[in-house]
Amino acid sequence: MSWSEFFAMNGYAFYVWGSYGVVLLVFMIEIVAVRHRRKLVLRQLRWMNESGDTE
Amino acid sequence: MAINWFKYSAPTNFYALAGKLIPWFAWPAAILFGIGFYIGFFVAPTDAVQSEAYRIIFIHVPASILSMFIYLIMAGYAALGLIFKTRLSAMMASALAPTGALFAFISLWTGALWGKPMWGAWWVWDARLTSEMILLFLYLGFIALQASIEDPRRADRASALLAIVGSVNVPIIYYSVQWWNTLHQGSTIKFSGTSMHVAMQQSMFIMLVACWLYAIAIALARVRSIILEREANTHWVKELGEKA
Repeated sequence: MSWSEFFAMNGYAFYVWGSYGVVLLVFMIEIVAVRHRRKLVLRQLRWMNESGDTE
Repeated sequence: MAINWFKYSAPTNFYALAGKLIPWFAWPAAILFGIGFYIGFFVAPTDAVQSEAYRIIFIHVPASILSMFIYLIMAGYAALGLIFKTRLSAMMASALAPTGALFAFISLWTGALWGKPMWGAWWVWDARLTSEMILLFLYLGFIALQASIEDPRRADRASALLAIVGSVNVPIIYYSVQWWNTLHQGSTIKFSGTSMHVAMQQSMFIMLVACWLYAIAIALARVRSIILEREANTHWVKELGEKA
């Protein structure tokens, strides 16, 4: 089996790669979103310290 | 020596523990995704009826299983938080919701892309598909409800009730193929055995474990941020902010 045959998925390329491609994409988005949330909260904590927030 | 099991139910200690655990789940998840994909695409043979299109099963079934399990775990944590007023349980429920929603979305998306070439339709109002879509809406409702109530403790209580009531939907999804005459097929793997090729089973099982490990890693990473957000006014988080 050649690589072009492999990617063609016997005519089902759109459905098969459309499935796995979107799965990869949403995992990547979730990882980036979780990292971003951490960066935001750490920045906020730093800001609270610098402004002498002593609640 | 007695082990203090309650130690890690305190957000302070759990924050540190979760940080140490993440790579132990994340890396095996990545490796197993690779192995599962390899077996599913290079070892498992072409299906006699569905040709190559059936290969969607290797992600569709694990994602669907996870979407249901994560919901039950989320509702369990929400119930613990409601009954025992433990802060960490409610935070774990919030951390699991987006990942559960993501798996429900993957289940519906890959199902649509599989349904089109096999049934001739992206979507049908079949009991299995409809109950899975309700599951996605329950996750989104849980997230929206938490975001709409400002006081975190009130938000936890309201969303916990939603999560607990909504868990009725999970057995409905699971048994839908038996209770109703659905277009969606029943389980391929049963306790009495299966007609599936061994490589197909291996790929599906490895992908399932990979999805589990991924879900645990990402939920632990998310709960760390939630702990910091909610405990921002405590002494230990302030000290952490000085170091960051």
